[in-house]
Amino acid sequence: MRLNWDRIFSILLIVPSVIAIAIFVYGFIGWTGWVSLSNWDGLRPDLSWAGVVNYIKLFSNARFQIDIRNTIVFTLFFLGASMGLGLGLAILLDQGIRGENIFRSLFLFPMSISFIVTGVAWRWLLAPGDPATGRITGINVLLEKLNLPTSRWYTDPTVLYIRPESGLGQTLDLIGLDFLTNPNFGLPLAMFSIVLAATWQMSGFVMAMYLAGLRGISEELREAARIDGASEWNIYRHIILPLLKPITLSVVIVLGHISLKIFDLVAAMSKKGPGFATDVPAYFMFETTFQGDHYSQGASIAIFMLISVSLLIVPYLVYSTRTETKV
Amino acid sequence: MSAKSIAFRLFILLGVLALILAACKPVPAPTPTTPPPPPAPKKLEIFSWWTTGGEAAGLLKMFDIYNAKFPDVEIINATVAGGAGFEAKVVLKTRMLGGDPPDSFQVHMGRELIDTWVVNDYMEPLDDLFKEEGWDKVFPPGVLEIVSYDGHYWSVPVNIHRANVLWYNTKVFADNGWTPPATFEEFFALAEQMKAKGITPLALGDVGIWASVHLFEVVLAGTLGPEKYNGLWTGETDWGGPEVKQALENMVKMLEYANADHSALSWDQANDLVIQGKAGMTIMGDWVDADNLAKKFADSGWAPPPGTQGVFIALSDTFGLPKGAPHPEQVKEWLRVAGSKEGQEAFNPVKGSICARNDCDAALFGPYLQSAMQDWAKDAIVPSLAHGAAASESWVTYINDVMTVFVTDLDVAKAQAGLLQACKDAEVCK
Repeated sequence: MRLNWDRIFSILLIVPSVIAIAIFVYGFIGWTGWVSLSNWDGLRPDLSWAGVVNYIKLFSNARFQIDIRNTIVFTLFFLGASMGLGLGLAILLDQGIRGENIFRSLFLFPMSISFIVTGVAWRWLLAPGDPATGRITGINVLLEKLNLPTSRWYTDPTVLYIRPESGLGQTLDLIGLDFLTNPNFGLPLAMFSIVLAATWQMSGFVMAMYLAGLRGISEELREAARIDGASEWNIYRHIILPLLKPITLSVVIVLGHISLKIFDLVAAMSKKGPGFATDVPAYFMFETTFQGDHYSQGASIAIFMLISVSLLIVPYLVYSTRTETKV
Repeated sequence: MSAKSIAFRLFILLGVLALILAACKPVPAPTPTTPPPPPAPKKLEIFSWWTTGGEAAGLLKMFDIYNAKFPDVEIINATVAGGAGFEAKVVLKTRMLGGDPPDSFQVHMGRELIDTWVVNDYMEPLDDLFKEEGWDKVFPPGVLEIVSYDGHYWSVPVNIHRANVLWYNTKVFADNGWTPPATFEEFFALAEQMKAKGITPLALGDVGIWASVHLFEVVLAGTLGPEKYNGLWTGETDWGGPEVKQALENMVKMLEYANADHSALSWDQANDLVIQGKAGMTIMGDWVDADNLAKKFADSGWAPPPGTQGVFIALSDTFGLPKGAPHPEQVKEWLRVAGSKEGQEAFNPVKGSICARNDCDAALFGPYLQSAMQDWAKDAIVPSLAHGAAASESWVTYINDVMTVFVTDLDVAKAQAGLLQACKDAEVCK
């Protein structure tokens, strides 16, 4: 292609940001990757080659195994709850109710708060007190007044899992799936307090996304379906929800990468929690790197998190590039 | 392309180039013809995690003494809030590794100072200062030994805290005719009586886990005695042995008497339960005394926790001189203030700790601190685990992880295996 003024200008304008991103994003990713393969354990940098031994140690680390379980549980329940709630709110608001603006802002407001503030506020709200001695605090006071069972919230160390001695556990044992009868394949109850706080914060965002999607669906489509005799339920089931698919995908990407990297909310609310019930890889990385001086271990956690987020985002990028070229 | 649009693009491009050039502007090399720059205003940056109540007030008192002597020095009070300094240490490490050390920073005496900073060659030795000030005579030999490594002194201790104190509410104890327990048997018997009265026997607030590690070190010292406790940190006492097992079992029993929401509370919130009479006792360091005074709680009682009579688990805050500190001359004067009788007598009564020097005037201190000064003079001194004196930070993080699981599953065998492995990972045990 012939070089003209236009091209030179565009290249020159782009060069500074390319250089900055190359150094400050990809350069540092490469550096972290290198550290994760080194012997750097202690305050003094030691970049001698260690190979994948840090990763092997990491995956056999009991705390890290718990962290992976927690991340999966958090991601599934946080995405499920915020998307369900967000879609529900969006559909309700889309019915043309009065004062829609007020409700829309009301549901969006939590998003303008940082996770740290959310974490502190919910830590106080869910502070359980000690029911054994009748000292009850936070939301539990309300539950007690309404004669509802109180909860230990984020201080509950219970992990629900399939006990090996239970009927299901013995069946699993018979078909060779006995590894599932392990707390590492369980549900840590304390994590649901974090899910609650995160959902409170992010479901408004999901609502806004879906509301925008719903407004983009033309009224003619609904009219056409109604003329064909479709019920309102069927209109949503077969027309509207399929048309919202691109929105759903964007929401999954945005919420998914937040939840895989979550740190601030957990750090403000419960830290690693009782018996690591609310520990997440990012918090483990913070502690092991900056408190324990295990820099290479911290770097390997960082690379693990990068890969897990890429597994989510790269297919999306490939998909969206393809759709764009088609159009 | 229109002339206007080319002009517009050129304008943007020039703007971008100007920004880049401004960022790359070289520092002009000094030439013999230019006059020397005016002397920089004298500064002194002191890094600590003393941000609240008595500790912040005590630090400011030392600053006042310094500024009275050197009014032309501007002191930068660089603090990072957070209990036991966990957040502050993170910031400090980032600054030290990045080649931007503060002039002087707060660091716990013992392995935290030695293993993190001295062995890695980040500190300047302070032998001359110790000699000039005669500190080798006024600091107790045990303290001098802990701040030295390789035959040199590395930091100046400003205070001493005691980790093993059992705090109780004298009014509640008097009403029920209770006395503080001296042995584990007495402790558990008393705990049963408290439980029967609907009082939580042991208040614990271990958000961030260090308070549980703190409780564990007190139980360890109470079960093993001072010599075997000291042996844990040198590899002479076996972490897999029956004494450590006994200590873990004692800890399990204690945790059964603790408040259920301990992982949601901080140590001062646990102390509130004692103040309000909702809990019987709490085992915490002697910073509880400052908390009680600040909360105007007059019925505070204290005793050594079970098995630790005659044992003083010590921790100390010290200041040193990092390599590459921007204002080393000012730092030396600061360290003189921090180690002086005047400085320590101003700081410690407010902070709620005793002097590291042995010549402070006891009349300046409150009743608890006076009793601590007497114990300090006669007790066996052992280092604290949770507060950086006994083990390297790397080792403490491993122990923290073991205790995090232990306080919820109470599995003694698993915890003991974990502690043994932690000792091996720290390269102290073989």
